[in-house]
Amino acid sequence: MAKIIVITSGKGGVGKTTTTAALGAGLAARGHRTVIIDFDVGLRNLDMILGCERRVVFDFINVINGEAKLHQALIKDKRLDTLHILPTSQTRDKDALTTEGVESVLDQLRGDFDFILCDSPAGIERGAHMAMYFADEAVVVANPEVSSVRDCDRILGLLDSKTRKVEREQERLKQYLLLTRFDPGRVNKGEMLRIEDILEILAIDLLGVIPESESVLKASNLGMPVTLDNKSNAGKAYLDAVSRLLGEQLEHRFLAPERRGLLQRLMGRTA
Amino acid sequence: MRLFEFFRSKSSGTKSSDGGGGGQSADKARERLQLVLAHERLDRWSADYVPVLQKEILAAIAKHIPIDQEKVAVKLERGADMSTLEVNIELPAPQEFTKKTGPRLAAGAT
Repeated sequence: MAKIIVITSGKGGVGKTTTTAALGAGLAARGHRTVIIDFDVGLRNLDMILGCERRVVFDFINVINGEAKLHQALIKDKRLDTLHILPTSQTRDKDALTTEGVESVLDQLRGDFDFILCDSPAGIERGAHMAMYFADEAVVVANPEVSSVRDCDRILGLLDSKTRKVEREQERLKQYLLLTRFDPGRVNKGEMLRIEDILEILAIDLLGVIPESESVLKASNLGMPVTLDNKSNAGKAYLDAVSRLLGEQLEHRFLAPERRGLLQRLMGRTA
Repeated sequence: MRLFEFFRSKSSGTKSSDGGGGGQSADKARERLQLVLAHERLDRWSADYVPVLQKEILAAIAKHIPIDQEKVAVKLERGADMSTLEVNIELPAPQEFTKKTGPRLAAGAT
């Protein structure tokens, strides 16, 4: 029976899709059968981030509407045979996501996978609601910045009230915060919110802190999840987050400014 | 060591020049967030009461004084310890209306 995890944020552009791809690939690399579903109907992007955009034939909405079988729409990753992607439609809108349709697809996937990751669209409307509704756990992605933290709080409120788990079992689903684009140097200068302050404000457990890193853009340029880049600090931080999702206790890394050598300073490089 | 400091001060200097004094803006961010979220969490469980309140206050006043619905300003100011709800109602000129308070009424609530 698969565990369903929603990756959500409220605010756009904070790194939901990057995070979903990174966590999905990380879980798959650890041998867990993982499927990632793109809920951002009309703005398909997960396929780009995972580098399978040229292999999309059928999509999530086709399956919901009975126009294709689930196995026809699922794309198997070329690097990790435990990773599958269910892309969304680029042409329809989010009204195509019916509660019954989403439930039926998730029920079909549950038996064949260990993890189902739902990549939520930004906002708090239908797509975001459907992405979180059937979840067992939630990863809320935020940047250390006021509007992102505020939206995150709003999403946490919805996760506490608008999910099937809460409605049926009156049980709060497990929620984690994943901070992205963290810059310890700016925190030290008093220019960026501190992790402890964000955690206190939101009253939530921390899944991971991803340092601001050039490797994230490079990975998306290449269509490769950043967790497959074993030299990058962002990739390592995501892999730590994967371990924590699996219940392991790990210390958080990359929370202090990196020491740069004189040569790197001269060249203005930022690893 | 000098060389090291040169590069350090150079890099921090360029950062603070665009930050409008730079300094501890993160503290300001934390305070603003704490305040706004405290209010938003309360509002989450109660309906948006301001429009209803405005309607009821106006109805109560209109029973005694003729007022122009267009000349009403409602302002909500949220503070850490206290919030104020300010309702400014422009009343008709004194010759039309002679009793009670001055030209303006202010209602305060927390």
